[in-house]
Amino acid sequence: MGKVVYIFGNDISTDAIYPGRFMATVLPTETPQFCFADYTELNKKLNSKEYPAGSVLIGGNNFGCGSSREQAASTILGHGIVVIAKDYARIFLQNAINLGLNLITCPDIEADLDDEVEVVGDKVVNKTKGKEFSTIPLPAARMVIVEAGGLVAYTRKKVIAKYAK
Amino acid sequence: MTIVEKILARATGNKSVKPGDVLEPAVDVAMSHENAALVINQFDEVFKGTGIEPKIWDPSKIAIIFDHRVPAESSKTATNQKKIRNFVKKFGITKFHDIRSDRGGICHQILAENGYVKPGDVVVGTDSHTTTHGAFGAFAFGIGATEMASVWSLGTVLNVEVPETIKVVVNGKLRDNVYPKDLILYIIGKLSAQGANFKVIEFHGEAIRNMPMSGRLVLSNMSVEAGATAGIIPGDEETELYLRVEGVHNTITPVLPDEDAKYCQVLEIDANAFEPQIACPHTVDNVKPISEVKDIKVDQIVIGSCTNGRLDDLEIAAEILKGKKVAEDTRMLIFPASWEIYKMAMHQGLLNTFTEAGAIIMNPGCGCCLGIHQGAIGDGEVALSTTNRNFKGRMGNPKGDVYLCSPAVAAMSAVTGFITAPTKGVN
Repeated sequence: MGKVVYIFGNDISTDAIYPGRFMATVLPTETPQFCFADYTELNKKLNSKEYPAGSVLIGGNNFGCGSSREQAASTILGHGIVVIAKDYARIFLQNAINLGLNLITCPDIEADLDDEVEVVGDKVVNKTKGKEFSTIPLPAARMVIVEAGGLVAYTRKKVIAKYAK
Repeated sequence: MTIVEKILARATGNKSVKPGDVLEPAVDVAMSHENAALVINQFDEVFKGTGIEPKIWDPSKIAIIFDHRVPAESSKTATNQKKIRNFVKKFGITKFHDIRSDRGGICHQILAENGYVKPGDVVVGTDSHTTTHGAFGAFAFGIGATEMASVWSLGTVLNVEVPETIKVVVNGKLRDNVYPKDLILYIIGKLSAQGANFKVIEFHGEAIRNMPMSGRLVLSNMSVEAGATAGIIPGDEETELYLRVEGVHNTITPVLPDEDAKYCQVLEIDANAFEPQIACPHTVDNVKPISEVKDIKVDQIVIGSCTNGRLDDLEIAAEILKGKKVAEDTRMLIFPASWEIYKMAMHQGLLNTFTEAGAIIMNPGCGCCLGIHQGAIGDGEVALSTTNRNFKGRMGNPKGDVYLCSPAVAAMSAVTGFITAPTKGVN
């Protein structure tokens, strides 16, 4: 269970999540410091660990639109925060799956700042409001990548099979 | 089948495929730029602990182009570029375009002008504007760095779901002073920034058939701004002519949709129905006809990028700027999409026209488009740009505003200092 710490509107771009000027930094271990860098307060609180892992960011439609930069997924992953959005842009969603970042798709989500929210099975439960909202699970073809522990592990299995032949 | 369905059927050895099928298509071209540094990192991770020597499936199918920060703006970038150069040498990657004026430029222009992409190809790139290559009738889409590491290892893209296709038919002829950039902004305004998310756009109609490759590249390039996985234009004589000029000798076989192909949506556009378009801050679908964008003073004009930095773009701008000056209190930056284009513009005297007008000529690269390498805007400043995105913070400053337009509008506005519609015969 986690507290809602920020609510975004629609069409949050990867430039908002991870501004282009920090793109020379690529390693997943180094990207978290620039998470939402232009949202100065949010960035400061993330970096000072004020928000514990499991804290929740709420997004609207088309979260993660724009560039293919994988830093936008690794920067969020590094903070252990949960994103619950109405839906996601294609490349960002795929990058998240590939890195093992579990994005929650919840088209009808209702939440305000500081609400206590928990993902239980295929539902998002807003405990503060006493309401439940259905989530849309990943397609099976995506789920196998998540279950393998991300695309590196999934590809590794395929590589081993390929060269063992 | 639609074009993308036919391409995916071919690339997987299937007779037919349908939306939703999960496939593992073979890749014909795999492109990266400076983010190859992260791809290399993930590629090494894939092989870690396997006891297998890291091996690339086919080095001849990988293209790496330095363009995002050239020449390096920091020691960190320079070190990443060095790491990539070493990797390129070690694995024998031949389609490598370093920071050189004899073969460098922006990745999407480099792929085009070297004839690397042909109709029917499956093209992946670690850049969202990889959609550009749909202009050649290929299925070209952006992926992340880890996914590219997987492609480098296996030669296929894992678990691709066949996307649905939206058919966009553009009838008639564009008005005077209206260009492919205006058309794609108009279409994005109609579809919205997410209207084609997870889908492919297929472009048809008289206006497309009569459009040169340079314009088709603009349409495919910006299809991603409607969320599209790809923006495909069926190959024809124009595609073949372009590729022959760029030195392609192989057989070129366009992939065309079947007559009974199924589309999830059909959008009919009258090419003559609209004036120049402006994408207003801070989303690309916030599109207005220029007559509704009034009294916007511009601090920085930008002409260039993978969207609108081609020779005809520069020619249009030069025609408007010839004998004129960039307005006081406005600065103008021009960055051609490749060195090939830079040199042609130089020989044609276009660069002279620009410098006499007071514009700055920058080296080909992605630079200020995404705010990472020169050309940042100040707090409260307004940029008018022929690039492809106007997100908050895009041009290096979340306190600035970016408007998007065609090269003609950009050049005209450079003269007046305000967002201004071009008029024929301004000279």
